[in-house]
Amino acid sequence: MPRLSRPALALILLGVLALISIVCFMTLGAKGSWSFVLGFRGKKLASLLLVAYAVAVSTVLFQTVTNNRILTPSIMGFDALYVLIKTGVVFFLGVGALISIDPQLQFGLEVLVMVAFSGLLFRWLFLGEERSLHLLVLVGIVFGILFRSLSQFMQRMLDPGAFNVLQDTFFASFATTDATLLTISAIIVGLVTIVLLRLMHSFDVLSLGRAHAINLGVNYKRTVVIILTLVSILVAVSTALVGPITFFGLLVATLAHSLIGDSRHRFVLPAAVLLAAICLVGGQTLLERVFAFDTALSIIIEFLGGIVFIALVLRRAAR
Amino acid sequence: MRWLGLAIAVTILLAIVSLFVGVSDVSLVSLLSSSAEDRPLQVLLISRIPRTLAIILSGASMAIAGLVMQMVVRNRFVEPSTAGTTESASLGFLVITILAPGWPLIGKMLVAALFALGGTALFLRILRAVPLRDVLLVPLVGIMLGGIIGAITAFFAYRYGLMASLLAWNMGDFSGILRGRYELLWIGMACCVLAYIAADRFTVAGMGRDFTTNLGLNYQHVMWLGLIIVSLVSAVVLVSVGSIPFLGLIVPNLVSLMVGDNMRRTVPWVAVGGAGFVLACDLLGRVIRAPYEIPISVVVGVVGSMIFLFLLLRTRRHAA
Repeated sequence: MPRLSRPALALILLGVLALISIVCFMTLGAKGSWSFVLGFRGKKLASLLLVAYAVAVSTVLFQTVTNNRILTPSIMGFDALYVLIKTGVVFFLGVGALISIDPQLQFGLEVLVMVAFSGLLFRWLFLGEERSLHLLVLVGIVFGILFRSLSQFMQRMLDPGAFNVLQDTFFASFATTDATLLTISAIIVGLVTIVLLRLMHSFDVLSLGRAHAINLGVNYKRTVVIILTLVSILVAVSTALVGPITFFGLLVATLAHSLIGDSRHRFVLPAAVLLAAICLVGGQTLLERVFAFDTALSIIIEFLGGIVFIALVLRRAAR
Repeated sequence: MRWLGLAIAVTILLAIVSLFVGVSDVSLVSLLSSSAEDRPLQVLLISRIPRTLAIILSGASMAIAGLVMQMVVRNRFVEPSTAGTTESASLGFLVITILAPGWPLIGKMLVAALFALGGTALFLRILRAVPLRDVLLVPLVGIMLGGIIGAITAFFAYRYGLMASLLAWNMGDFSGILRGRYELLWIGMACCVLAYIAADRFTVAGMGRDFTTNLGLNYQHVMWLGLIIVSLVSAVVLVSVGSIPFLGLIVPNLVSLMVGDNMRRTVPWVAVGGAGFVLACDLLGRVIRAPYEIPISVVVGVVGSMIFLFLLLRTRRHAA
């Protein structure tokens, strides 16, 4: 019996922890008018939760599609690519373009480029000869460095005014939030979720690998394209909200898999989301209220995530 | 040998061009027609010559450091920035800046070198835990270790309000080089000479521990010599210029495609290649947006990661 209910137990535990951290985040150290405190912190909380959701879901799904537990969108350079695209728009079309082009159209174009890139990457990954996983990861990391360097290069060529406008669009941190951006992101994430729920049944089958999935009647190509599109959208949303955090997704997905001990997505996905929420909300509360640090959370996440990554890679290699 | 001469000639030509490119007008005519107190000569002596020397010294010594590291670790894809060495040096520099801000630069540099040595030793220790080594696993672990050490550094820099200084060190940039601010780089040159003298030992060490011991060399000693050279060079370049990513990786690899792996033969090639490559990148960064400059680490980051990708994908086709 306990063997059977382990995922459910873990989910309940995570849910309770997430709730506790949310309550702590909203109430600890609050002074003055409650309506102000709740409104102010509510906005922050909403952005943290959105990021947690976007990062967790995109990472787990990316790992499902690519059929491994080490690659994540951010390790493969997706968020660096997002920054590069944004920079490229300002660089080639001028800062006016960032303001004058309809934001929805802009977002659509950005996602399109990211989907094209992930499509190319994916073709290269899976069609044709067998690749070593290490090569993939290394190529992804170097692509990330290339994208970052290219963005820096173009940012250096911009005039300072344009640079400032650009920087405002992606270097918001966990501490600051913009209400309109938040609303747009929430709507986008909501739409993505609806599509995901409709596809939910095919995730477990996909994780068996291409041959099995096709054999079991999944329209493989179509499903993969849809999922990669959704992943790109989620990465864009989270990068737009907080900027790139390389290892967060990996950290959360790895923890979720090992906690649940079951690879079915209806357990893993919510567990990853809850874990991400606990990490971000709880971590932020701890840092702000207990240790009185402010925005160093992303640094700590990178530190822990890096260690998890090395451990994973080494354990795989040692086997 | 004739080709090496040509490479040296090209590098010297680039160096001469580098002397005459910049915001302030310095030309042969203006130099000849002016007295010693005049502006062009002063600019040349205080800014241009030190800068060009700094480029040559750091380019050559970083490339050599990469070469030595590849021999010692026995992996084509390691260099100070893919083994945690640069990041450790940066951490050391930060620590000593916090603890003893008044120390002279050379003292801080030595502390940074010590940290670099420690970081590299840790990297090798982690690698030893993996029985079956994949060629690509090594740089992967190194980059990640660098990321972790970088996070620790960022954490303390953030706590002590030194984030801006940290960014400034890590951004390799020659624009701040003046007379009196680059001389530490000669230590890097000394390390290059040392590497050349010990070249045969490194070549032998590159063939493995058993082989080395069999030939009567003390493997540990060669290893430590190599690591000390690498750490010193990384620290010196970091402290005077900033980090220049991938330089030590691409130059030796491109050279070994052409000349092979005997270090006695490759050391001059790698040194000249490194100097020439950085000179070319620096000129590009200076010309493309004159009168402003693009820092060397950004230019090398773009060019270097493209070449790194090419090398990675080439190996794959090779192996398949």
